[in-house]
Amino acid sequence: MKSLAELQAIRDRAKANLDLRKENPNAARIYVGMATCGIAAGARPVLNAFTEEIAKRGLTDSVTVTQTGCIGICQYEPVVEVEIPGEEKVTYVKMTPEKAVKVVNDHIVNKNVVTEFTIGAFTK
Amino acid sequence: MRELSLNVMDVAQNSVRANASLVKIIVNESDKDDILEITIEDNGCGMTEEQVNQVIDPFFTTRTTRKVGLGVPLFKLSAEQTGGSFDIKSQLNKGTTTKASYKKSHVDMTPLGDINSTVEILIRCNPDIDFVFTRKTDINSFTLDTRELREVLCDVSLDNPDVLEWIKQYLEEQTQIILGGV
Repeated sequence: MKSLAELQAIRDRAKANLDLRKENPNAARIYVGMATCGIAAGARPVLNAFTEEIAKRGLTDSVTVTQTGCIGICQYEPVVEVEIPGEEKVTYVKMTPEKAVKVVNDHIVNKNVVTEFTIGAFTK
Repeated sequence: MRELSLNVMDVAQNSVRANASLVKIIVNESDKDDILEITIEDNGCGMTEEQVNQVIDPFFTTRTTRKVGLGVPLFKLSAEQTGGSFDIKSQLNKGTTTKASYKKSHVDMTPLGDINSTVEILIRCNPDIDFVFTRKTDINSFTLDTRELREVLCDVSLDNPDVLEWIKQYLEEQTQIILGGV
């Protein structure tokens, strides 16, 4: 059973290795569109896939996954924006959990934009 | 929406945008009474009476990026298509309460779905807001109150990965108990 004592232990551990991520200005950001349109199109499993993959690779200190509202391109949902400091923002469209794993691997880790998933590739 | 939990995530987001500091989500389920009730209550900026009447109109939205606002209408539809009911009460600067009631056995009942995932994502993405999630069945009930967690955590954020994992497992365990599993 999960207990508050366990939570206390988590707190002590987190305090011990200081909170690096809070002040990390170089953290990459992944925004998942989670308005009505995004949610209906399947944004939640996409967001879960991103957080799981980031955790699996131990990148939680250097990558933040968060949600954002509707940016007005509902027909391309689920939409995901990836922002790496110093680089141009990339907008991925029609995302799936499988595509999310590839984006983490190729874009976040290896710094190669997955061009075929971007909005540019879809609207051509 | 394929799951009611997605409607909850969507509508709870309205509370977040209304600058609420506390959002309560209550899922009250009874097989005995053949009813499921979802209440989303916030202490955000609220709405005027006029706005309350407008939000159920799909062509009303306060957003400027597009002309439609389907969150509330879809939530309302999900309840009414089961012969249930839907209600929004709001007071300016006090907050808003949205309540949807469902007739569980109705053929058009949408499954509740993964409500725990909804709660976890809301906490993950809004670590500065407090969430109180209560789920009740015929067997038992449980509550997750982030204010209580915060007391234990002091200045460690709720979106700390280990904390989120704890929350996820806590929700899973408690859900199993109140659904009569284990």
